[in-house]
Amino acid sequence: MTLAVRCQNLSKTYATDGQKVIALNKVNLDVNMGELMMLVGPSGCGKTTLISIIAGILNQDEGVCELFGENLLTMKSSAKLKFRAANIGFVFQAYNLLPALNAAENVSVPLIINGVKRNIAERKAREILEQVGLGERTKSLPAQLSGGQQQRVAIARALVHSPRLIVCDEPTSALDHQSGGIIMKLLKDVALHQDRVLIIVTHDARIFSYADRIAEMDDGHVVKVT
Amino acid sequence: MYHIALKMLMGDRGKYLGIVMGLTFASLIMTQQPAIFLGLMARSYSFISDVGLPDIWVMDPKVQFIDDIKPMQETELYRVRGVSGVEWAMPLYKGLLKVRMADGTFQTCNVIGLDDTTLIGGPAVMLQGKLADLRRSDAVIVDIDGAEGKLAKPSAKPGAKGKPLQIGESLELNDRRGIVVGIAKVTRTFQSQPVIYTTFSRAKNYAPRERRLLSFVLVKAQKGQDLNELLRRIKQNTGLEAYTQDGFKTLTYEYFMKNTGIPINFGITIALGFIVGTAIAGQTFYNFTLENIRQFGVLKAMGAGNFTLLKMILLQAVLVGSIGYGLGVGAAALFGYSMRHSILAFKLPWQLLVFSGSGVGLICMLAAFISILKVIRLEPAIVFKG
Repeated sequence: MTLAVRCQNLSKTYATDGQKVIALNKVNLDVNMGELMMLVGPSGCGKTTLISIIAGILNQDEGVCELFGENLLTMKSSAKLKFRAANIGFVFQAYNLLPALNAAENVSVPLIINGVKRNIAERKAREILEQVGLGERTKSLPAQLSGGQQQRVAIARALVHSPRLIVCDEPTSALDHQSGGIIMKLLKDVALHQDRVLIIVTHDARIFSYADRIAEMDDGHVVKVT
Repeated sequence: MYHIALKMLMGDRGKYLGIVMGLTFASLIMTQQPAIFLGLMARSYSFISDVGLPDIWVMDPKVQFIDDIKPMQETELYRVRGVSGVEWAMPLYKGLLKVRMADGTFQTCNVIGLDDTTLIGGPAVMLQGKLADLRRSDAVIVDIDGAEGKLAKPSAKPGAKGKPLQIGESLELNDRRGIVVGIAKVTRTFQSQPVIYTTFSRAKNYAPRERRLLSFVLVKAQKGQDLNELLRRIKQNTGLEAYTQDGFKTLTYEYFMKNTGIPINFGITIALGFIVGTAIAGQTFYNFTLENIRQFGVLKAMGAGNFTLLKMILLQAVLVGSIGYGLGVGAAALFGYSMRHSILAFKLPWQLLVFSGSGVGLICMLAAFISILKVIRLEPAIVFKG
């Protein structure tokens, strides 16, 4: 198995109102290529901090985090941006679609950031939207879509530039059971393959069964990986 | 990414219009008020502009502006004519005289006495009659605004508009008769008093008896004559002061700038417009960025760099700035056009457009700068916060 993510002794502390809050305390975690890893645990246990560091949008205070063999902490910021744009897709709890852009335009954003021409990017976006079952809604604005449909657009956006890592933050917590099931099936069937790794932060116990492995976190530590 | 920036900007029509309206207001204030100011200032030297023919105005050295008359002896005219390089030199009388109205009241008028032979310095636009009619006995020409306004015969009905002064009717200037032979169009002066044209010799009769009655000598330079050199020679040979037409305008303009409260009053209005415009447009634009901060965070997380986001915000600022500026300047121009027949002074030169454009540009850049700082400092990890 190829190692996709390697975290060793990761620590992160936030200063809030003059008080130090330890978010991560010497966390060790490995995630393999082709794996769907879930990070679970109570609120404030450090799940979001951990995927933020893994995705290169937050720097740790101590420890090493390697993604596909690259240490993002030591990378120059311009190289890190390029690396992130090419290798990472994001799915957020609140979808975070741009409200003024239609579905196809939203999905095309990562390609445009990667320098793909707009017309090519939108054509590719329409193909991906077809794959997630929204071929008929490419011109709909986010406000015209249901929560489940918006999350499917967000998944299409995370997939469109063929990243090797997809990080999902509570992708089903705003959805009903049926929509959540559709989203997880989509992630498992369409998003996951041997050259990609999925890390999902969740406390939605209904979707635990979709995980290859589950890392349980508590109080800034990974307490168990099953 | 530019089309994304534009869609983000225009996606919320209400906010988009709010920003544009703020900038339109700022642009309107920064264009309209200075245009009125420039119009007023241009009126201070409008008489000099109207007397277009001479190259040089010669006067007493103590004269500070066009209406500051320090009469000279008529012999000065011949001394000026004797200066080498002078093609011709003509006398001009300019003074304030009281006209007795039909109802017995008096109206102060600006009386202009032109050279009897050539009538140089007369009004360029005659609405009724001819300039040459001034050669008739007791002839005077009155400006249209005066004829229809302050010199109009009062109506029998109280509060009703008076009957305009017409050709053939007479005036009483300093106990002497003047017969209206023409109505002319002249540029309004700063004091907006009626203007009465007559000949130089007749003006002397109308004016109170004085030893000195020559207000200005109007000079035309010989062809190819260097004006600065001629100015120097006139000053040297006559001891009088001499200005080119533009120089005399500047002297008058600067007098009003230094000695009246007009620049300060208008300056305060313009500054207030700028501050209010900056506050409205800047605040709205900044709020717009704040409300979109999560979207910028998403773009940042997905790999969009600060420079890309900076260009997006600048594009948004330039676009709303351009539209707001265009609407504001358009509204100001429309205002000026609609007021063209009124007493309101309004002048909109290209330099003013550059000024207000720079003002609006500055407002947009300030607003964009504050927004850019916010976006540059933004941690992309914000996207994972609920």
